[in-house]
Amino acid sequence: MTLTAVPPPSGPGPGGAGAALLEATPEFERAAARADSRRGFLLSLPAYVYLLLFFAIPFGIVVIYSVATRNTIGGTDLAGWNLDSYRRLAEPIVRDILFRSLWIAVLTTLICLVVAYPFSYFIATRTPTVRNIMLVFVMIPFWTNFLVRNYAWRVILGSDGPFAAVTEALGLGRQEILFTHSAVILGLVYGFLPFMVLPLYAAIERIDGSLIEAGRDLYASGAQTFRRVLLPLSMPGVLAGSILVFVPSLGAYVTPQILGGGKSTMLGSYIVVQFLTARNWPLGASLSFVLMTVMLTATLIYFRAGGRNL
Amino acid sequence: MRPIPIRRLLAVLVATTLLAAACAEDGEESAAAADCEVGQTDGDLNLYNWAEYIDPDLVDAFAAEHGIEMTVDVYDSNEAMQPIISAGNSGYDLIVPSDYMVAILIAGEDIQLLNKDAIPNIANISADFSDLVYDPAGDYSVPYQWGTTGLAVDTAVVGTDFPRSWSIVFDPSFADQYAGRISLLNDPRETLGAALKYLGYSLNTTDTGELEEAKELVSEARGRVAAFDTDQADELLTTGETAIAHGYSGDMFTQFLETDDPSRYVYFVPEEGGTRWIDNMAIPHDAPNPCTAHTFINWILDAENGAALSNYNYYSTPNAAALDGLEQELLDFVADPAVIPGGVGSLEEIQDTGDFEINYTDAFIEAVG
Amino acid sequence: MMGATARPGSVTAWALSGTAWLVYAFFYAPIVLLVLFSFSDDRNVGRWGGVTLSWYEQFIDHSQLQNSLWVSIRVALLSTVISVVLGTLAALALERFRFRGQRVFDALLYLPIIIPDVTMAVMMLLFFSEGIRIAELLFGLDLTKGFTTITISHIAFNISFVSVVVRARLSGMNEQLEEAALDLYANRWRSFRYVTLPQIAPGIAGGALLALTLSLDDVVVTQFASGPGSTTLPVFVFGMIRRGVTPLINAVSVIMLAASIALVILSLATQRLRAGETGWSLGGRLRRRSD
Repeated sequence: MTLTAVPPPSGPGPGGAGAALLEATPEFERAAARADSRRGFLLSLPAYVYLLLFFAIPFGIVVIYSVATRNTIGGTDLAGWNLDSYRRLAEPIVRDILFRSLWIAVLTTLICLVVAYPFSYFIATRTPTVRNIMLVFVMIPFWTNFLVRNYAWRVILGSDGPFAAVTEALGLGRQEILFTHSAVILGLVYGFLPFMVLPLYAAIERIDGSLIEAGRDLYASGAQTFRRVLLPLSMPGVLAGSILVFVPSLGAYVTPQILGGGKSTMLGSYIVVQFLTARNWPLGASLSFVLMTVMLTATLIYFRAGGRNL
Repeated sequence: MRPIPIRRLLAVLVATTLLAAACAEDGEESAAAADCEVGQTDGDLNLYNWAEYIDPDLVDAFAAEHGIEMTVDVYDSNEAMQPIISAGNSGYDLIVPSDYMVAILIAGEDIQLLNKDAIPNIANISADFSDLVYDPAGDYSVPYQWGTTGLAVDTAVVGTDFPRSWSIVFDPSFADQYAGRISLLNDPRETLGAALKYLGYSLNTTDTGELEEAKELVSEARGRVAAFDTDQADELLTTGETAIAHGYSGDMFTQFLETDDPSRYVYFVPEEGGTRWIDNMAIPHDAPNPCTAHTFINWILDAENGAALSNYNYYSTPNAAALDGLEQELLDFVADPAVIPGGVGSLEEIQDTGDFEINYTDAFIEAVG
Repeated sequence: MMGATARPGSVTAWALSGTAWLVYAFFYAPIVLLVLFSFSDDRNVGRWGGVTLSWYEQFIDHSQLQNSLWVSIRVALLSTVISVVLGTLAALALERFRFRGQRVFDALLYLPIIIPDVTMAVMMLLFFSEGIRIAELLFGLDLTKGFTTITISHIAFNISFVSVVVRARLSGMNEQLEEAALDLYANRWRSFRYVTLPQIAPGIAGGALLALTLSLDDVVVTQFASGPGSTTLPVFVFGMIRRGVTPLINAVSVIMLAASIALVILSLATQRLRAGETGWSLGGRLRRRSD
């Protein structure tokens, strides 16, 4: 198959075949566009209704809670709404936690990208049976229990663990990284790497191999072929993967606790603390609401920008 | 089909929801205790409990004895259980909240008055557990198990000649030699409470100045702390990752017994004092089967069943009648005066401080970083 | 499509396969440890206590644990199937069509990925409790939280993850083939069935794997959406952390590992039996057509 120019993800695609067949007159064109709009709408309808009912409405409750007040016993009083909990978000402690979480999440995402790209490429260039097996064997470790996996890492990274022994053998000195930021990042990379591999694989696998060959003839250098052909064509996977890794890293709280020793509060932990320790639901809700607004905007811009670069 | 009808449908839906929610507020139940008789059951029993807090054999025995099904689900914190009960329709008949949480549940009208006539075994509860601050007359809750929060030390590392004081974690002149081998609880009230006790204050203080001092102390200790960890403190200690651990009595005690040489480890409540906590049985306000719940409470307060409970989970029992049935190991531990050098009088229960809870959480997060 | 034709130089090829094996080593390092400790005669994972099978024996006797494992598997499978269908349709709608309300839908679809899970847990709790109260008030229904509410919540976040992965596949995919097929078959369904679906199958498979994994791992949302007797495995394990997560959970994990590997082998065998007629995954099928 051949590859045509890549339209932006949510941009105005040609809209299916209907348009191509009926482009004789403006009326036909309009009718086709209407039919297209109807089809698109109908296709989205099940998920749309589902998410409105089981996500948007519950989320409305969160928004209402964010302007409510924590009462003395930690309940939430809905009467007399105010923006107090939003004001608290300007406090320096929130800023510190935010910056720390951001750099950890960015680093995690970058490492995942660098590790997952050649890996996904490798899988995508195997024969169909082999790539299916390889893909399933990426996921199988993650069907074990999440906590048990984290505990296993704790043993590996612990003072008498294999990690220290390996780094010593490699001449890097005994690296005892348990309860440090390095351990947290390592744990997050481990936990979210599949989230990068899956979309990358899905995006790379569909690229026409002959294009790469053509690229090699044209640019001669592998690096240039990668930069000018492979990377742009796999960009949707890169974008999707980085969102799927970045966002949950920012909200992670179990891995920072188990591997980081709970010493550096991250955003995810801070939100959990508001809901489940301070029982300050309005603060937890407003924090979530602001975080989600920022992340949603960033995600949409990111995808748009990524789409244009293609 | 156009998007507009959906929007309209949604509006109707939201309006209906709000209306129904408003109506539901009026339907509060009356505050009378359930009309149950001793041994009466009115259906199956759904118990919401901490993990490994009840012997499965006891569960089976109760179910068989009363010809009902019994389901046990578990939670990992009071704060995770409370909203589930408070939201209503949880389906649970019996919960096991800790002391301060009982007060919160009472204030929120989330648990119901007990019918003490249906729980004659309540007489077995030791006098130490009467007049409790969170439920003075015991109208809503019955003690289930209790324990303390203190320090556990690996004597193979620290030796035996160390002060039985919070200074071993908070005084740099002693604690610095164990830098990186100390764990404190990841719990604002417990860890700041320990610092408050070390400073000679109440762990329920609502004085900002005292809290600030405690915060400074924890913040300074952070540098030598390997981890702030509640769940794994005992395991970190016995696997050699730490040498001094802040933790709960029963957890530490069971953990010591798992090792080859339990005498290598020491658990004590520092002489400045520490936390006494009490977990209690209580019945949610909308429990489907309150009479079965009453019957279960009465059954577990029986001397034999109470002893079996402690012999399984290795926490102390508030049941005076059950003391005779306890295993010797457990009795030795409970009765050892060295465990609480400051005496029972030095112990305090954590109380809900209302709005001040936020200060505790903030102070803790600032100290931890 | 990417196939055997895309072979870079041999040094690169070596480096690539080396990376792949290293990544697998990384993925399986904790798994090796996990399996090892499922045979350890000590309550603590991390302290070797001699070989034993007692954790497996405990699992056989532990009806509560078996029940929670069973609930987990049913929730995971059901929520994966439903969210794969809904998520794929959503991805198609967004990538292939322009329709009114598209932007709102696009944004709405990202929210379940972005929401912190404890926030989602709390909102589902409030929503279900209120919903049950309303159902009782308006229709006299006597509902309780349980399997259904857990599954509903899992679908609510899985739809989004599936659609993101499928969209990564769809975005920029050649539409001429679909159009040609439409000319040929003159039927949207057949063109979808024989051209579009096979083309996006790897994306769907990836989305399904992701959904399955997310569902099997979720703790907080599940805990807040569950009712008596409907505890899933992760919620059960999370409850254990106070008293220590014992190798019993390692044993359960090993059983799940063994079962999934057995399933993979079984499906490969089935594939062999069918003599390459149809693929074990949807992906295999169309590649043969388009390669």
